[in-house]
Amino acid sequence: MQPEHLNLLYLVAAVLFILGLKNLGHPRTAVRGNILGAVGMALAVVGTLWFQGFVHMELVAGGLIGGSIVGIVLAVRIKMTAMPQLVGLFNGFGGVASVLVAGAVLIAAVATAVMGAGSGLAMSLQESVATAASGLIGAVTFLGSLIAFGKLQGIVTEKPVRYHGEQVVKVLVLGGALVLSAMIVLDPSRTELYWALVGLSAVLGVLLVMPIGGADMPIVIALLNSYSGIAAAATGFVLSNNVLIVAGSLVGASGIILTQNMCKAMNRSLANVLFGGVGAIVENKEQGDIYAGKVKSTSAEEVAMILKTASRVAFVPGYGMAVARAQTGVRLLTEAMEADDIHVEFGIHPVAGRMPGHMNVLLAEENISYDKLREMDAINPDFPSTDVVIVLGANDVVNPIARESAGSPISGMPILDVDKARTVVVIKRSLSPGFAGIANPLFAADNTLMLFGDGKKVMEELVAAYKDA
Amino acid sequence: MLDTAAFINILTIFVLAIFVGFEVITKVPPILHTPLMSGSNAISGITVIGALLALGAGGGTFTTVLATAALFFATINVVGGFVVTHRMLSKFKKRD
Repeated sequence: MQPEHLNLLYLVAAVLFILGLKNLGHPRTAVRGNILGAVGMALAVVGTLWFQGFVHMELVAGGLIGGSIVGIVLAVRIKMTAMPQLVGLFNGFGGVASVLVAGAVLIAAVATAVMGAGSGLAMSLQESVATAASGLIGAVTFLGSLIAFGKLQGIVTEKPVRYHGEQVVKVLVLGGALVLSAMIVLDPSRTELYWALVGLSAVLGVLLVMPIGGADMPIVIALLNSYSGIAAAATGFVLSNNVLIVAGSLVGASGIILTQNMCKAMNRSLANVLFGGVGAIVENKEQGDIYAGKVKSTSAEEVAMILKTASRVAFVPGYGMAVARAQTGVRLLTEAMEADDIHVEFGIHPVAGRMPGHMNVLLAEENISYDKLREMDAINPDFPSTDVVIVLGANDVVNPIARESAGSPISGMPILDVDKARTVVVIKRSLSPGFAGIANPLFAADNTLMLFGDGKKVMEELVAAYKDA
Repeated sequence: MLDTAAFINILTIFVLAIFVGFEVITKVPPILHTPLMSGSNAISGITVIGALLALGAGGGTFTTVLATAALFFATINVVGGFVVTHRMLSKFKKRD
């Protein structure tokens, strides 16, 4: 095969990636979109092997088969609740692959330059700059993703790890990495500098992610997704390879968009998430006053009777629902109510769950039809005409305090206006605050009933009570 | 040192691809953001091609070891990413 033919094949692969991503935009076409992407990748791999005349086949087969087995096992066995960790881990593997490819190309180029007795540098300016970028971004992605994985998996503390002079340390390490990058560009033949850069960037990845708390992990995962794309694109510049550049920049753009969406949904800037954090938990002294004597506790039987008379019901699920594994009860209750001609839908906050769109996956897994899942902006105007809203495992995203312009960590965050519904039923273990650490006046509102207990158990009781009522 | 014409060519591809990415991705609704992320994640495993090229270009033992390791990790990324995305998407159903 000629190089031109391979490049034409890469063009076909790139087009398939774009069409694949485009088809991922609708539930009806999404499966096809994913397959188009996979076909593009397979074409690129087979074409590359063919072009090279199938050299080193034992190593190629080993890498491809070994990687496929590990990938398939991870993908098939992962629980849907653990999806953010898995995507984080895959991001990290993409990052480390970029580090290793750039390193391999650098070493080969230096060896060739030495043997060729040529004068001057082993790499062009484009190649050396791209090599340094691959090493830096790839290593930050790798270690940052591993820490994010650890935090989500509970191996590393979920709490923000903050210390005195944190920002100074980060700036110094980044500065050091940039100095090393510049030295690599000036003299690529000193390959030890590349590994020093990789090591320092790995430290930077740890430093960047450790101070970020569990609640902000979705943003970090989205951002690392973007970095893994940028790292792949940088490796594309090392090899002057179009398909790496196109695929890498598509993913880089996608990650940035998702990151921005998540930040907007939390009314925070990216800088605030990365460097500010929510900070220390605000002590809320008036918590007792907000709730004192105003919280009304209810029973499954009472809620079942209210539901029987309703014509429009909305669920607002949070990650707590998935933790309690209450989805099955939610589906059973939904089916029972729909059998009575009650209109049931789901209000999904953009940051519900642990990554963008996570809640939709968790509900889809429970076989809940996707046309019932409504975005915040779509469902908010309908709350005043909703009879009952059932809040299950969500807290900060329904806190009316967010509508106040200042004075609270969540001020200005867009929320689901569930308090405007006729009756709000909040299923929760206790009155304890959510991630933001603040009290929620919704729990004490006149139209709110608290149904205390474990989400799964309460939903089972509700289903039984509804069927008896 | 720098082949300016060639560099500008691939820079053009890079910049245009970013714009295409923004255009295509902005239209994906939030309901599909998790599969979008894992699917695009699989595509970022395109480094697998880089690993194959580095492996095929020949070189010393160390180069070969690095390229093979890269191939292994990138393949996990690609295959795992596409499979898990397929698994998720097959659950998105509309019941009438």
